[in-house]
Amino acid sequence: MASVVLSEAEKVYIMHGVQEDLRVDGRSCEDYRCAEVETDVVSNTSGSARVKLGHTDILVGVKAEMGTPKLDKPNEGSLEFFVDCSANATPEFEGRGGEELGTEIANTLYRIFNNESSIDLKLLCINPREHCWVLYVDVLLLECGGNLFDAISLAVKAALFNTRIPKVRVLEDEGGREIELSDDPFDCIRLNVDNVPCIVTLSKIGHRHIVDATLQEEACSLASLLISVTSRGALTCMKKMGRGSLDPESIFEMMETGKRVGKLLHSSLQTVLDEEENLGTARKKVGFLG
Amino acid sequence: MAGLELLSEQGFRLDGRRAGELRQLRARMGVFAQADGSAYLEQGNTKALAVVYGPHELRGSRGKAPHAQALVNCQYSMATFSTAERKRRPHGDRASAEMSLHLKQTFEAALLTRLFPRSQIDIYVQILQADGGNYCAAVNAATLALLDAGIPMRDYVCACSAGFLEDTALADLNYVEEAAGGPQLALALLPQAQHIALLELNARLHQDHLPRVLDAATQACRHLHALLDRVVREHLRDAAALLGK
Repeated sequence: MASVVLSEAEKVYIMHGVQEDLRVDGRSCEDYRCAEVETDVVSNTSGSARVKLGHTDILVGVKAEMGTPKLDKPNEGSLEFFVDCSANATPEFEGRGGEELGTEIANTLYRIFNNESSIDLKLLCINPREHCWVLYVDVLLLECGGNLFDAISLAVKAALFNTRIPKVRVLEDEGGREIELSDDPFDCIRLNVDNVPCIVTLSKIGHRHIVDATLQEEACSLASLLISVTSRGALTCMKKMGRGSLDPESIFEMMETGKRVGKLLHSSLQTVLDEEENLGTARKKVGFLG
Repeated sequence: MAGLELLSEQGFRLDGRRAGELRQLRARMGVFAQADGSAYLEQGNTKALAVVYGPHELRGSRGKAPHAQALVNCQYSMATFSTAERKRRPHGDRASAEMSLHLKQTFEAALLTRLFPRSQIDIYVQILQADGGNYCAAVNAATLALLDAGIPMRDYVCACSAGFLEDTALADLNYVEEAAGGPQLALALLPQAQHIALLELNARLHQDHLPRVLDAATQACRHLHALLDRVVREHLRDAAALLGK
C-alpha cells in the first residue's frame, strides 16, 4: 500500500483532532468523504461500477459466464471474487507484489457474501446439476488513498446492482436439453441487492474511533475493526485488523457506530443508484474523462 | 469470417469508417493525484489507463540497471474483465510480457534517459476494455502520462496499427478486423523526425504492398499526433487557468 511517513508531531495533531471530533479535512468522526459512484462504465461486462472515495479509486466489472453448479449446491449459481491490486496504485504492486493484499481482500469479500440472504443464488441456476451462471466479480484497484475495504464493497454493490444477466430457456428434446438465449437483449435478470452488505471499517485512534480513515489517519491507528452491515443493520461478518489490540468494550461501541453509519451509507448509495437508473439513456457517461 | 463483410463495395468498413479513418479518440491527462503522471485514453472502444512514476531511485536489484542512463521499467496488464471472454490473470502471461517488452523498447527510443543516470522510470499501462489496437492505445496513453509527469522526451510517441484487405490498406484496426487474421502492422512513430520507434508485422504480406500499409500507418500516426497535441494543449490551458496566469 502506498506508504505515508508521519512525524510524531503530525500524529499528535491528528490524534488531538480526532479527540475533539474534528479531523484534518474538517470531517467529524462518523463522516465519510465525498464519494463518486458511476455504473456501467465498461461496456463489455454484464455490470460495472467505478467508485472514487477521496483518492481511493476502484473499478469493478462483473462478468456472467456459464458454468456447472457446485456439487453440494446443485441448484445454485455462484459468485467468484478476484481483486487485482494493479501497479497503477503504487509501484510496490508491480509483478506479484499486489497478490497478497488482493487475496486478503478477495477472501474478505467471500466471507461477507457467505450467507443465504445477501444474494439469491438460486436465481442464477439454469438447470440443476448441469448449468448455472457464475458471476465473476473482478475488482481493479487503481489508486489507494485509505479505506480500501469500504470503497471496494460499495463498488461491488453498485456493480451487482448494474448487472444484467441474459435470460435463457431450457428446451427439452428427445436428444437431451438445449439452452436457448432470449432474442431480446433487454430481456434480462436483475439481481436484488437490498441485502448486499457493505463494509464499514472503524479505526481506533486514541480513545475514539473514526470511519473512512485516510492514509494519514490509517498510519496513526494501531487497530481497526472491519464489519459488514446490511441495509437493515444486520451484521454478516466482523474482523479485527491491524497490529494493535482492542478491548471488548470498545468493540461493542464500534459495532454500534458501524451499524448506524452503515445504514446511512446504504441509503445514500441506493439513492444515487436509483437516480442514475431513472435517467436511463439520457445519462451522460463520464467515466475517466470527467 | 463468413457473413461479415469487412470492407463494403462502397469502401466502408464494418463500423462505418473509411479505409484510412481513425476511431474516435478521447483522452484526459492527470487522472490520478498520487502518481507522478497519469492519463486515460479511449480509441473507439479500446480504453487504456497509463500511470508514470519517476524518475526515482532504483528499486530492487541494481545488477541489470544501466549506469549512464535511467532504467525504463514497463508493465502492461489487462483487466480481467477487459476482453469478451474473461481473462484469468491480468498480467504475467506470455502475451502481456511481450507487450511490456515492446513498450520498454518504444519508450527507450523516445525518452532522454541519459539525463537521469542511476534512476528509474516506471510506466504502468492497464487496458480496461479491449477492442483492438491494444498496443497502440497503450503507447498513446503512456505518452500522455509521460508528458503529464514532465519527463523529457525527444517527441511524442504515436502508435497506430494498419492492415491490408482486398488491395486496400486499413488504418487503426478494431477487434473484428484484427481477429479476421489478415496481415497486421503495428507502428510507433516519433512524428516530427519521422523516426520509427517500433515496427512489427504479423502474418504474411507481399513486399510490394508494404509501402502502402506503412504509409497508411504513418499517416494515421501523424493524425494521432495532432489529436494528442490538442489534448495536451487543452490540459495545459486548463491547468494554467487554475494557477491564475
